[in-house]
Amino acid sequence: MVPEPEFESYYGRPILKQPTWKTPDVPLYLFLGGLAGCSALLAEGAAATGRPELERVARIAAASGAAAGTVALVHDLGRPERFLMMLRVLKPTSPLSVGSFILAPFSAFSGAAAASQLTGWFPRLGRLAGAGAAVFGPPLATYTAALVANTAVPAWHEAHRELPFVFGGSGAQAAGGLAMMLVPVDQAAPARRMALAGAAVEILAAERILQKGLVAEPYRIGLPGRLMTTARNATAVGSAITLLAGKRSRLLAVLAGATYVGASLATRFGIFEAGMESARDPKYTVVPQRDRKQDKLSG
Amino acid sequence: MGSLWGRLDDVQHDAGYDAHPPRMGFFTDTSVCIGCKACEVACKEWNEVPEDGYLLTGMSYDNTAQLDANTWRHVAFVEKPIETVDLGMPGLGAPPGTHQATESGADGVKWLMSSDVCKHCTHAACLDVCPTGALFRTEFGTVVVQPDVCNGCGYCVPACPYGVIDVRKGDGRAFKCTLCYDRLKEGQTPACAQACPTESIQFGELSELRERADLRLAELHEKGVDVARLYGRDPDDGVGGDGAFFLLLDEPEVYGLPPDPVVTTRDLGSIWKHVGAAAATLVGVGVASFTSRRLVPRLLSTSVGRRR
Repeated sequence: MVPEPEFESYYGRPILKQPTWKTPDVPLYLFLGGLAGCSALLAEGAAATGRPELERVARIAAASGAAAGTVALVHDLGRPERFLMMLRVLKPTSPLSVGSFILAPFSAFSGAAAASQLTGWFPRLGRLAGAGAAVFGPPLATYTAALVANTAVPAWHEAHRELPFVFGGSGAQAAGGLAMMLVPVDQAAPARRMALAGAAVEILAAERILQKGLVAEPYRIGLPGRLMTTARNATAVGSAITLLAGKRSRLLAVLAGATYVGASLATRFGIFEAGMESARDPKYTVVPQRDRKQDKLSG
Repeated sequence: MGSLWGRLDDVQHDAGYDAHPPRMGFFTDTSVCIGCKACEVACKEWNEVPEDGYLLTGMSYDNTAQLDANTWRHVAFVEKPIETVDLGMPGLGAPPGTHQATESGADGVKWLMSSDVCKHCTHAACLDVCPTGALFRTEFGTVVVQPDVCNGCGYCVPACPYGVIDVRKGDGRAFKCTLCYDRLKEGQTPACAQACPTESIQFGELSELRERADLRLAELHEKGVDVARLYGRDPDDGVGGDGAFFLLLDEPEVYGLPPDPVVTTRDLGSIWKHVGAAAATLVGVGVASFTSRRLVPRLLSTSVGRRR
């Protein structure tokens, strides 16, 4: 164990304000954005390679993930009736602004593609919309990392190089996992590969965050620590089942898929809660800054 | 898009103003603060800021506790058992032993009092992350929220490295100090500075305040008050200097201030670059998932390599 660093504070009060973002709204949105974005990729691949069952499931997952995510985001606003203010300006300095201009077209495209899929109307336009959703899908799954990293919250900000990969990998894992649950094994091979690849990216990137010393402590202890450990173990279990029996047993594929989806959820809630704790305890703000200041003065 | 980091001498021009008045700000000299809280009251009254509960905190005489949506000036009371020094508070003729950082009573407790406020940063994270444009830079170089635009997304709250801005409960929108934008437009002094009886809160042109602060610091150092230091005065610091800066008598964290804040947008380029790389990795994962079984492991190794 690292000894507790000594530092001064104003009656132990936080220096930063804790994010006013509500749970489950925001961590759920982080999860749904990843699920929807990567599902759009799966859907386009399935359409291109003739896997109708996979295509159907992935299109519906993309559209409903985006719709539910939008509801969660709007619900989180202090003034939900003003949600259109999000599209008032486009600011590259605000990941939330950029994200609104990713989420809005993604929702429209994925919704149109799913509607066409379900009704059988305008198949060509539906396919075109699906391609549009696939273009906006990867940015949708990863921009949310910029959203949390572009803050003063040490646990989020100091992980800004790794978080996009954690979020992208976690999204691929969720999209692949959901498709493994709902698609027959003979059509689900790409979903399995996507989940496995996403799991590997996610675990490697998350591991790098965990090694960041004091600033990463919230990811290792308390509620967020338990969530992150659960996520990592579930990811490992899901990957083991997928590799060993994913293409043979539908039942085990469903189990592995559900484990992946659960792991992705746990990752998002873990990262969210780690940020809340990082803002709550002045230690995470004062100690690294004080050390940085001393380094500057001495050298 | 204005600059995001580093020294910036004309913040209004950077924000798009061609002709503009000089940058205005506060210099809060905490060595002459007497903890009267006139600034807190004047601010509340002038700006019609709602009450925020009657809480006993147990933190010396500070029941205000913090800056937030309903507190735009906050007087901190630090109780410490330290050696006494005569600061020579100018002009008021207060008897020795009754002012800042001096002994109080038999138990030898001393107070550090400081009136905290929004820093009106040169590089303001709250402003840059605001997705609606509700937060803007005024012609005076200050940072102000437009309540008719804010939709309460709350992004400014964790973006602020000082923990100043907050969302008002029951209202849903974000609020903070406006540096009395309405009064500035009429050529008036902000309410807190107007009400301050000891001129601890000084309002004026930022360049002039910086000179005045340097003189005051030199004077205190000459008197042997080595603990005196300026906070937020340096235009080369992590936020490009504060529009509202301070003279402190202890480490910043003792007053609840971050020791070396850096605006999050310094790393914005790196953040977007890594998001782009991760999105590209996902495209690769998607393509590989449908094309080859062997490609997936190969792709993984490159994506991890790219991250470094």
